[in-house]
Amino acid sequence: MEFYHIFRDRWTAIMLLALPVLMIILFGFGISTEIKNSKVAVYDPSQDVATQTIVDNLAANAYFDLETYVNTPKEIETIFQKSDIGLLVVFSENFYENLLHTGEAQVQLITDGTDPNTASTLVSYATSIIEEYQAELLGNDKGPTYQISPITKLLYNPNLTAVYNIVPGVLGLVLILICTMMTSVSIAREKELGTMEVLLVSPISPLLIVLSKIAPYFLISVVDLISLLVISVFLMGVPINGSFFVLTCLSLLFILLALSLGLLISTIAESQMSALLMSAMGLIMPVSLLSGLMFPIENMPLLLQVLAQFVPAKWYIDALRDVMIKGLGFSSIILEVSILLGMLVVLVLTSLRNFKVRLE
Amino acid sequence: MKAVTAQHIKKSYNGVQALKGVSLEVEEGEIFGIIGPDGAGKTTLFRILTTLLLPDSGSAMVKGFDVIKAYKLIRRKVGYMPGRFSLYHDLTVVENLRIFASLFNTSIEENYDLIKDIYQHIEPFKKRRAGALSGGMKQKLALSCALIHRPEVLFLDEPTTGVDPLSRKELWEMLKKLKKQGIAILVSTPYMDEASLCDRIALIQHGIFLKTETPQKIIAQFENILWSVHSKQMFQLLKDLRSNPHVLSCYAFGDTHHITVEKKKAAPHEAAITIAELEAFLKEKGHLDIKIDPIQAGIEDSFLELANK
Repeated sequence: MEFYHIFRDRWTAIMLLALPVLMIILFGFGISTEIKNSKVAVYDPSQDVATQTIVDNLAANAYFDLETYVNTPKEIETIFQKSDIGLLVVFSENFYENLLHTGEAQVQLITDGTDPNTASTLVSYATSIIEEYQAELLGNDKGPTYQISPITKLLYNPNLTAVYNIVPGVLGLVLILICTMMTSVSIAREKELGTMEVLLVSPISPLLIVLSKIAPYFLISVVDLISLLVISVFLMGVPINGSFFVLTCLSLLFILLALSLGLLISTIAESQMSALLMSAMGLIMPVSLLSGLMFPIENMPLLLQVLAQFVPAKWYIDALRDVMIKGLGFSSIILEVSILLGMLVVLVLTSLRNFKVRLE
Repeated sequence: MKAVTAQHIKKSYNGVQALKGVSLEVEEGEIFGIIGPDGAGKTTLFRILTTLLLPDSGSAMVKGFDVIKAYKLIRRKVGYMPGRFSLYHDLTVVENLRIFASLFNTSIEENYDLIKDIYQHIEPFKKRRAGALSGGMKQKLALSCALIHRPEVLFLDEPTTGVDPLSRKELWEMLKKLKKQGIAILVSTPYMDEASLCDRIALIQHGIFLKTETPQKIIAQFENILWSVHSKQMFQLLKDLRSNPHVLSCYAFGDTHHITVEKKKAAPHEAAITIAELEAFLKEKGHLDIKIDPIQAGIEDSFLELANK
């Protein structure tokens, strides 16, 4: 019956199924990949035709602003700390000569890896500019092949692991969003429309009513879970290093936890609006801020660190990282799983105790 | 066995006393009307009788079952139609009906004879979403849903509010047919003119039953002398009538005013003022086309008389 509702309201259906996909792509690939006027620094010990042309081409490009020249190799280390440049281009010595005589020259592209999305974008722009120049050289001179090989170096975050961190985080967020918010809102809607009154005055046990309202969201969550995993594995290249079975069980446990949280909210909230607010303020915010998705928990003030321990998503995301990225087995996430189980039991018991067979 | 009994039901909501000790008895196969203005406590009473609310004190039984202890049994036996439209707007007519049939573990076909008369009106629109129905249609659908499991007692909270006059008439005709099937019907309404369609009525105001009787007896028990007055300046007339010391009360009733007139102390069946005297009084105030007639009291007159006691 709830399925009828969900799919009758086509936009809800689209939102429920497409939103997770959209979110993971947004978070995963960075919200803005278009970068303009990034500051560029250049270390050019060769100072020859080739390097000059490349630097001119870079400077002429809308994406880059030539900020400064670096004069000594030592400065390379410190320039990222001193100024806010996004890209440092380091040419090898005797660049053009090497290119002419050996057919090969090296250029190093150093970026700030703390912002992996910007870094990779900058690198790909710079690489294409260098490749253009290389093509020009080849076009002019039909002689030997010239090979300029850009070497990319990321400071601070050599493996671009943001995506790896994001995927478990988004999974946690999306599941909370769908399970908790949608179930609590859908039950609150019955109260608001007055249909709960009619449902209560029927032989169906009220608990069964609520369970039947939750069931479709459970299924939708499972579909979302699958689509999220498919996207992260095939589109974003995040491997599932650990056991898929453990991963699934862990996620199902978390889905149940989120659903029971929704049930609890629905026993308190009287209107759709308050259910929405409660889940948005009480869940989405803490989940996104305190689960370690956006900010590392270790860096938070003590009070927030303590609060973070009560966010179920934090434990789920931790466990998910262990299984998915680190490839650890079940034994390593026993702590997380038992905490999640404990939370589930507490939530189910509280909402059952809170559950009303009447209107008040 | 009585279909419904209630003794001294009291209920407070957020500090407001919605019911201040209400008692009633409804016989099997009776249409029992609970009539009173908005906020009188009608919905609260219905919710207590349908086991949705617990009374603060007092007791109630539906079909011999206690509303507090045996609420599960009562929920099998009653049909309830809340005041506002409480069906699924986004589902079609027939989907709504099917859901309620399945809630009660029955099917549309099984009890089709009971709802046939009502459902026929909306059957042409059965593929339409319930939210897109007219007010009258919605109520017919809600009634069909409340009846789909062949309830023994039917609770209808303001079924005719917001419904066009023709549909109101049709709804009441349906209730009469249902009554013949032995179903006890409790119906609440703010419309006094619907009182005469009930077997017995209870007039309710501020959480108290003013009187429980047959509509005929309530009217017969009207104690005052009642006249209707009409003139060209109706608003001024209301003020002027109230300024007359022999006029006890004066209310606007459509295109006339109903007044109750003081009685002679010596002869309690005669008015202290004659129609001619009142006419002269009004003429002096500058009224034209004055028309004064003695009239029979209606339920509304009785209600106002009881409410002012």
